[in-house]
Amino acid sequence: MDRRFITLSRVFRSGSVNFVRNISLSVAATAVMVVTLTIVLFSVIANATFNHTIQQINDKIGISVYLKDSVNEEQRNELLEKLQENPEVKSVEYISKEKALEDYRKEKKNDQDADALIAVASVENPLPETVRIKPHEYEPDKIASITALIESPEVKELYTETSYSGSRKDAIDKITNATSFFKRAVFAGVVIFAVISMLLIFNTIQMAIFNRREELNIMRLLGANPWYIRGPFIVEAMLYGIVSAVISLLLINSLFVFQSQAFGATSLGLLDLQYTNTYFASNFWWILLLQLGAGIAIGVVSSLIATHRYLRVSHPMFRQKLEKLRLRK
Amino acid sequence: MSVFAIIVLMILLDRVTKTYQPRKMAALDRISLHVEPREFVIIVGPSGAGKSTLLKILTREEKPSSGKIIIGGIDYERLKDKNIPRLRRKIGVVFQDFKLLPNKSVFENVAFALEIAGYSNREIRYTVPKVLNIVGLKNKAKNYPRELSGGEMQRVAIARAVVRQPKILIADEPTGNLDPKHAWDVIKVLERINKFGTTVLLTTHNQEIVNRLKRRVVTIRDGKIVSDRANSGYNE
Repeated sequence: MDRRFITLSRVFRSGSVNFVRNISLSVAATAVMVVTLTIVLFSVIANATFNHTIQQINDKIGISVYLKDSVNEEQRNELLEKLQENPEVKSVEYISKEKALEDYRKEKKNDQDADALIAVASVENPLPETVRIKPHEYEPDKIASITALIESPEVKELYTETSYSGSRKDAIDKITNATSFFKRAVFAGVVIFAVISMLLIFNTIQMAIFNRREELNIMRLLGANPWYIRGPFIVEAMLYGIVSAVISLLLINSLFVFQSQAFGATSLGLLDLQYTNTYFASNFWWILLLQLGAGIAIGVVSSLIATHRYLRVSHPMFRQKLEKLRLRK
Repeated sequence: MSVFAIIVLMILLDRVTKTYQPRKMAALDRISLHVEPREFVIIVGPSGAGKSTLLKILTREEKPSSGKIIIGGIDYERLKDKNIPRLRRKIGVVFQDFKLLPNKSVFENVAFALEIAGYSNREIRYTVPKVLNIVGLKNKAKNYPRELSGGEMQRVAIARAVVRQPKILIADEPTGNLDPKHAWDVIKVLERINKFGTTVLLTTHNQEIVNRLKRRVVTIRDGKIVSDRANSGYNE
């Protein structure tokens, strides 16, 4: 058997054995990691749900342009083309006079008062042709070129009014400002949670290794290579990461099962809980992979740093500098 | 000093000096010592005389401030840092506080010394029980250090130190934490290992042990060798 393979298998074996023998320490470190990974995962999913909700709100509001009856087909098509070319525009919908009346009729199906109006309208349709614009993002500064286009003199003479004006404009701007603020706040929350979690896990692993620094020292005195000493500690920290990633995913999963049973509803006010479930289900493998990756990465990095301190394995260049400093003294 | 001396001697120290802080008293002051293969040398001296510093220099935990050290043919001046682990595998060391790995069984503690030197699993399974037999702990192989008495722990430490068949065994106050009966058990094991051909360097405070062993005694005081006698007793 290859010598390197023997060494590697010994490192992995010894790491797993240590994980089991230091069970109290392993449980403590894993528990901290489970809690933090769960919080981060939870906030990521919350963030996705929230973004989805905002998107839904945004989808409901669009800019409607009500064209004058005098506008001919050529002018209309030119406007539609211009809008479609605009990079800020997600989609443009054209609604003819007939379609507008049809929609109105559907909307007011049970409204007695509207009947007379509809009767008149079917003789001479008062509803205007409408161009409905949906922007990619509904922030005032991200629809600037759309508004500029609409406000331009050659377009302005084509319509009577738009839905994005006056008090409606103010209301829309307020909503979009609020949602974009929330979007950023939630994202910042996710980042802050992730950073705090990492520090917490890092600290726990540091403490765990600090407790066993004498072991590191003994191995060094017996003539073990630095990597042979560090290896098992790194494997152990990797195991914390793997075990806690799996546990945290199971926790979140059971939370979702419980939640859909308990509420029996698909939404909670504006929040679409159904979407939360689908998001989780459809991204399950990615989430698992990310959890494992994050757990392993944090474990490995913290154990590397922690063991480095007690093994004094410094870079040759750094060591030379140290020697020089010593000589100067 | 001839080339002949370098080859024949197991330990050669020539005017080895160690100062921790400049302009202060040296921990070791021009120590010169020759030890031949298969010798059993006892180093005595009061606390703070420099015994531990001397041993730390031999295992390359510390570097001397000046002087020449050649052990088993290895010149410490030419020894690179990355080869220190390899040097330590050639020297067996026994410490006063045993320094056993708490999470490993007796067998695993001894096996660890072989693992880090790259022995195969088969060699380990063959060698470790033999060595445990020599130190009289064959039936404690599966126990953990916390389940052993002080004397037993020290014998595990000796087994671990000699399992790689080093040419030199350094024992730093191995009996310091033991009662007289267990202390003597440990010393007997050391004598046995010496009889197999290993050079033994023993530091101790224990007057009775020194007197009973009747070996070469080197006395260190204030970082200097003040006496070096064969078949000697304790005189401080």
